Amino acid sequence: MQLVARTNPVKTLPATGGQVLRDVVGVVAIAALGVAGYFLFPDNLALLTRLIALALLALSLDLVVGYCGIATLGHAVLFGAGAYAAGIACVNGMTEPLTLIAIGAIAGAGAGLVMGTIMLRAHGLAQLVLSIAIVQLFHEAANKASAYTGGSDGLAGLSVGPLFGVFEFDLWGRTAYLLGLVLLVVVFIGLKFIVASPFGMLCRGIKEDPIRIRAMGAFVAPNLLKMFVISGFVAGIGGALAAISTQVVGLDSISFELSANALVMLVLGGIGTLYGAIVGTIIFMGFEHIVSAINPFHWMTMVGVLLIAVVIAAPQGVSGLFDRLWSPAGRGGRS
Amino acid sequence: MRSVAGFGTAERDTSMQTVFSIAIDALAYGMALFIICIGLSLTMGLMRVVNLAHGAFAMIAGYIASYAVRDLGIGYVVAILLAIAGTVAISIPLERLLYRRIYGSPQLTQVLMTIGITFCVIGITNYFFGPTLKTIPLPAALSQPVDLGFRSVAAHRLFVMACGAVVALGLWFFIEKTAFGIRLRATVDNASISEALGIRTQAVYTISFAIAMGLAAFGGVVGAEFLPIEPYYALRYMVTFLVVVSVGGAGSIPGALIACLVLGAVDTTGRYLMPEFGNFFFYAAVIAIVWVFPRGLLGKAQ
Repeated sequence: MQLVARTNPVKTLPATGGQVLRDVVGVVAIAALGVAGYFLFPDNLALLTRLIALALLALSLDLVVGYCGIATLGHAVLFGAGAYAAGIACVNGMTEPLTLIAIGAIAGAGAGLVMGTIMLRAHGLAQLVLSIAIVQLFHEAANKASAYTGGSDGLAGLSVGPLFGVFEFDLWGRTAYLLGLVLLVVVFIGLKFIVASPFGMLCRGIKEDPIRIRAMGAFVAPNLLKMFVISGFVAGIGGALAAISTQVVGLDSISFELSANALVMLVLGGIGTLYGAIVGTIIFMGFEHIVSAINPFHWMTMVGVLLIAVVIAAPQGVSGLFDRLWSPAGRGGRS
Repeated sequence: MRSVAGFGTAERDTSMQTVFSIAIDALAYGMALFIICIGLSLTMGLMRVVNLAHGAFAMIAGYIASYAVRDLGIGYVVAILLAIAGTVAISIPLERLLYRRIYGSPQLTQVLMTIGITFCVIGITNYFFGPTLKTIPLPAALSQPVDLGFRSVAAHRLFVMACGAVVALGLWFFIEKTAFGIRLRATVDNASISEALGIRTQAVYTISFAIAMGLAAFGGVVGAEFLPIEPYYALRYMVTFLVVVSVGGAGSIPGALIACLVLGAVDTTGRYLMPEFGNFFFYAAVIAIVWVFPRGLLGKAQ
């Protein structure tokens, strides 16, 4: 049984001029939106920074789910690995923020290597279950190793040094937010290149038909593992950003709930397009911020209804809906 | 049999007592898991739907039973029947409206739809019943210990084990020996040919779904001593149920039984002997089993 819908046929043409223009516009739009957020919501920058960290997680999940067709409900392992690695390094005296981000990214990539190695052994439902078992196991391990992780109290007392030795991480979170925004834009551009590269195309081909790709002489599992490592790198950056901005690493950063939420964000936005991950995160976090303040159970009901509605009405997510509206007889043939 | 030197009689007796009570608890817990999970195994193995909302239906049943026993003063057995009937009544329209759309869909779609249903059920039940733990008081006959001659055991544990055995045998008979079971297996093997032969496949799906939900309801009420009915029940145990089914192999009754007993034993033993490790052993066992048997213990190749 196939895991993820055979969505759009793989675009075989190399990126055309229009495509490049579209991506440039998209990146500029993300940056502009980020800067606008900085000026429009100066009191909510902590929330916006968390949004960026989760957007990085959703992007990383999109690499695995959307481009490789591997369904996972344990992606928070990679995020949590980055967060805890950065947090532990910071507590032990490594306070330079960019170094911490790099440490988080490397830890995330390492976790991606482990997780990919285990998950790629199985297929279909067993794979999904393995992903859940792995995230629960890491959760318990982080809970137990309280000497290093602070256990259920969380790892507190991170005091991050100033960025480039100049910009302090202040109470309003301005530095953290701008650092996050720059990271997001850089990562997004990098991922655009990766998914358009021959390697990215190969991964999409594996998603469509792994047997044919194998018959063509390409390796399936090593390529998927490579994508897992890249995905872990991105998620690790997100985790480290979350750790630096909140100065606390909690057990929830390596939980099943976070993994499920990330998947919901991705699906709301649209699978298999990097924009979908960001759009979905914004929608999800926006609604959560408003509704869960009223009543957390209303929030659950609403996410549930949203999910059912997306599955029935817009299987390509919100960004897919836009694509369909803008190009009804579209070139991409997205339907 | 001689014990290891250094153990006194009293010490040996207490350790025997511990082993015995772990065994009883593990067996009863495994059976409770089995009653809930076998319905999920049916929907996943026979109907090919990954129904993550399975625990949500067990939770609905638990809320109904708790309300019936505590607020309406109805007897335990009647409350179980009421809970099953109520849950099935809720599940049939859901099958018609929502589940029917995702038969044969990719697994990710099914996962998302059923997680959505789970969230809705949690939100709505807690809106109506309040976010507190719901107990289902046991009748006097089940809360007393029963003397087995050499040890006494809580009657409820024996009751759960008996229920599990009855469900396993009944379901096996139903699927393997009855006319409906033949239709069900034919529909699973090839829906369009079965339809051409005059089997009403839509009705077969609806009935199997209702049976699966009824079993979830039964297990949810009977197993409430092990898996307490609380606001996040559907989410908290979703993973446990899914794991048990995939370890056992979807659609296999003996597989599910073995998986429930093995994982129940691992979980209970881990909790007794090393409670500070929580679910660690449970998930370690899951990863080990799935690593060695990627299709589950008794799963069929698809």
